[in-house]
Amino acid sequence: MSNLTHLDQLEAEAIYIIREVAAECERPVMLYSIGKDSSVMMHLAMKAFYPEIPPFPFLHVDTTWKFSEMIKFRDRKAKELGIQMISYTNPEGLKNNINPFDHGAGYTDIMKTDALKQALDKYQFTAAFGGARRDEEKSRAKERIFSFRNSQHAWDPKNQRPEMWKLYNSKINKGESIRVFPISNWTEKDIWQYIKRENIEIVSLYFAKERPVVERDGNIILVDDDRMRFLPGEKPMMKMVRFRTLGCYPLTGGTYSSADTLDAIIEETLGAVASERTSRVIDQEAAASMERRKREGYF
Amino acid sequence: MKDLLKFLTCGSVDDGKSTLIGHMLYDAKLIFADQKQALELDSQVGSNDGKIDYSLLLDGLMAEREQGITIDVAYRYFTSDNRSFIVADSPGHEQYTRNMAVGAAFADLAVILVDATKGVIQQTKRHSRICSLMGIRHAVLAINKMDLVDYDENIYHNIHSDFKALCEDLHFDTVYSIPVSATEGDNLTHLSVNTPWYKGQPLLSFLENIDVSKYQKIDGFLLPVQRVSRPNRTFRGFQGEIASGSIKIGDPITVYPENETSKVKSILLGDKNVEEAFLGQPVTVQLEDEIDVSRGSVLASGRVPLVADLFTSTLLWMDNERLVEGRSYHLKIGTKTINATIMDIKYRIDIHTSDHIPAEYLEKNEIASVDIATTDRIVFEKFEDNEALGGFILIDKVSNMTSACGVVEHALRRSDNVSFEKMDVTKEIRAEKKGQKPIALWFTGLSSAGKSTLANALEKKLVSLGKHTMVLDGNNIRKGLNHDLGFDEPDRIENIRRVAEVVKLMNDAGLITISAFISPYESDRITAHEIIGEEFVEIYVSTPLEVCEARDVRGLYKKARNGEIPNFTGVSSPYEVPKNPDFVIDTSNSSVDDSISQIMKYLDQYL
Ligand SMILES: Nc1nc2c(ncn2[C@@H]2O[C@H](COP(=O)(O)OP(=O)(O)O)[C@@H](O)[C@H]2O)c(=O)[nH]1
Repeated sequence: MSNLTHLDQLEAEAIYIIREVAAECERPVMLYSIGKDSSVMMHLAMKAFYPEIPPFPFLHVDTTWKFSEMIKFRDRKAKELGIQMISYTNPEGLKNNINPFDHGAGYTDIMKTDALKQALDKYQFTAAFGGARRDEEKSRAKERIFSFRNSQHAWDPKNQRPEMWKLYNSKINKGESIRVFPISNWTEKDIWQYIKRENIEIVSLYFAKERPVVERDGNIILVDDDRMRFLPGEKPMMKMVRFRTLGCYPLTGGTYSSADTLDAIIEETLGAVASERTSRVIDQEAAASMERRKREGYF
Repeated sequence: MKDLLKFLTCGSVDDGKSTLIGHMLYDAKLIFADQKQALELDSQVGSNDGKIDYSLLLDGLMAEREQGITIDVAYRYFTSDNRSFIVADSPGHEQYTRNMAVGAAFADLAVILVDATKGVIQQTKRHSRICSLMGIRHAVLAINKMDLVDYDENIYHNIHSDFKALCEDLHFDTVYSIPVSATEGDNLTHLSVNTPWYKGQPLLSFLENIDVSKYQKIDGFLLPVQRVSRPNRTFRGFQGEIASGSIKIGDPITVYPENETSKVKSILLGDKNVEEAFLGQPVTVQLEDEIDVSRGSVLASGRVPLVADLFTSTLLWMDNERLVEGRSYHLKIGTKTINATIMDIKYRIDIHTSDHIPAEYLEKNEIASVDIATTDRIVFEKFEDNEALGGFILIDKVSNMTSACGVVEHALRRSDNVSFEKMDVTKEIRAEKKGQKPIALWFTGLSSAGKSTLANALEKKLVSLGKHTMVLDGNNIRKGLNHDLGFDEPDRIENIRRVAEVVKLMNDAGLITISAFISPYESDRITAHEIIGEEFVEIYVSTPLEVCEARDVRGLYKKARNGEIPNFTGVSSPYEVPKNPDFVIDTSNSSVDDSISQIMKYLDQYL
């Protein structure tokens, strides 16, 4: 008799969910953001179907402002694993040069939310896996693992279907779709411990290194390419920094850290003084309105 | 390695749930420093004279309540030195019972709060029953607000006895009561000096130490197949999570319901080949022989699961629409989804008294004993023997809502099921089989008003929508069943009576009937309505006499005017205009298509 550890149980739950979707949903896709959570989710998908490769494609919504290292990582990973990786960018946004410097919150709406909806519609996906976790913020804490979206991709938190035991209800009408969150019950710490246990490769931005950064409103922003715009008096400085979350480089705050190994990161995370989300610039602006954005179709 | 405890907190609004968990986490130093700072800061702003309001830590829902956002289960995560915890924090209001049930299905243990000043109340009973129903076997009663009753030992004992009495017909293995004060922190992380008489454990230690591992109630291996994996011609693996026991390479396997046998050839645990795998592990199993296995099949070894197409269940009805006998749903049990019909609502359970009350339908949040039939034989276990194969949900076929969750009590054989034999196949069941609601559309109006034309066009429309219909008119009634009747008043009355009886039988058979008779007398139509019942829908085709007479499809008006037909409605016999028709349509100025779409629009509510 082997008693499952806490990580084993989380892993089993996620694999069960991923397999259910593959078995029951018509056109599933796994969203891949290249972050550590996505890396864990992708690893779970590989394990769930081995020796078969996952019977669905992966989708990355590329805002064109991701850390350049992320894109290289994505392409290499897809090749190594032999999976189908779809990259999608909002063509309108691209044409109009929508960028995080000039367009603020509108940038996120157009390059992330709209782009994601467009991609899901274009490929007619009926179910999309997302790597969101319930401990990330309050509106997610109450969201089901199978979460329904109407034809406008909107979430109706008042009308969530009861979710009992492992009996996920994947029935939808035409035009509707499901978001599925297989790692809902994982915490940041679980993610790191699992990455270590399974030896999962993650983007090196998570590890501390000397990097050119500027400090802006208490956030540490990496100067990732020459599109970076400086405020008067700002100059890149070389600092030991790492990132606890990855997104678009001008919108993602790093932390000063010397944690350059997994163990050091776990050490730092275990003793963390701040909950994870504070390091994502966009989320500070929009924390309160996350639920609104979800209702409007932001994943 | 740490293990995981999933627990539920429940209780009435204001029993102190959020404060209890918040205070426990705070005292045990299990929160992030930024959360702690924010908490201390928020509390200063609040009115509580600078005292920390621990509930703020959990009440993400507070802000949401103000925004009018629904209250639902919220999941929180913390880790102590010994264990990882997931708390399903469930809403207290009665109208959110189904959300509470979601939390209960998730958890292995329930912390049920009561207010020491109030004791065990109806909500305590409801929550305890649902926890038990959903498979929770460990219940901790947190008797809160002990500070308000001067930490009175007797109060604690009285509430504890009440709770024990309540749990007598429930299925808890552990029933434990702890006197606490969520605001003061008594007995949360350490024993309190205020309750020297309490010899048990403080809440956190209890949660850290209790063994909730599900002891196996049945022997043998069960694997409900989630998916058949066939990446290439040589590999054929059955994927799923082990629901009972363990399996080794070489073990004999029987596949249910197919009843075919083979041996285990290989076992993959994730991407690793293993010799043996255990309960709860996600595996891919290959068998020695090419046998028939699909999603919903169950691989078994050393255990014969139940295989039947009829079972008795206890279920919690969760839909706003009521449950009635005879309705069909998608039933999902294990990895099998199948069509199922509610055969018999045997009784509903009164939450308050535990009494069994006869019921013909169930309203939201009611718990009942119900017999369910599936269209094919399925594999399952009693819930008390195995959760994974004993719990099910019912999904509404139209709204796709998860309408009910339930547990299998025992299998039934159609032949020996008393309640099934006792219950006749009802009108509802017949209608359900046809996927429709029977209605009796009753067209009335003058000759040539358009009744038959509309009746026939409407029938075509309904049939094209997959409905099962029957048109009754002079043609098929007068020539057969009523050929002995003439046109004087007594015969007209008898004619309508017989038609109404036939309509009623056809409605009982589940059909939608469309009758097209002049039916000129209000009293006859009232009789027809009485015979047919609530299915009766009166549609008055109000085309005026001049138009009808101008049309004179069968030349009858002409003959009547010439005195060749006696008692002709509109000419030599009266037509009584319906007083309260359900729908009126005048065909003088509208095409048949237009008229049909108007009628269909009206009928939408019935179809
Ligand atoms: N493909 C894609 N998915 C996204 C994007 N933004 C959010 N998501 C989804 O939301 C999850 C966010 O988690 P992730 O970024 O991996 O975690 P983090 O880096 O630890 O914050 C992802 O796993 C995706 O499922 C996006 O721009 N592209």
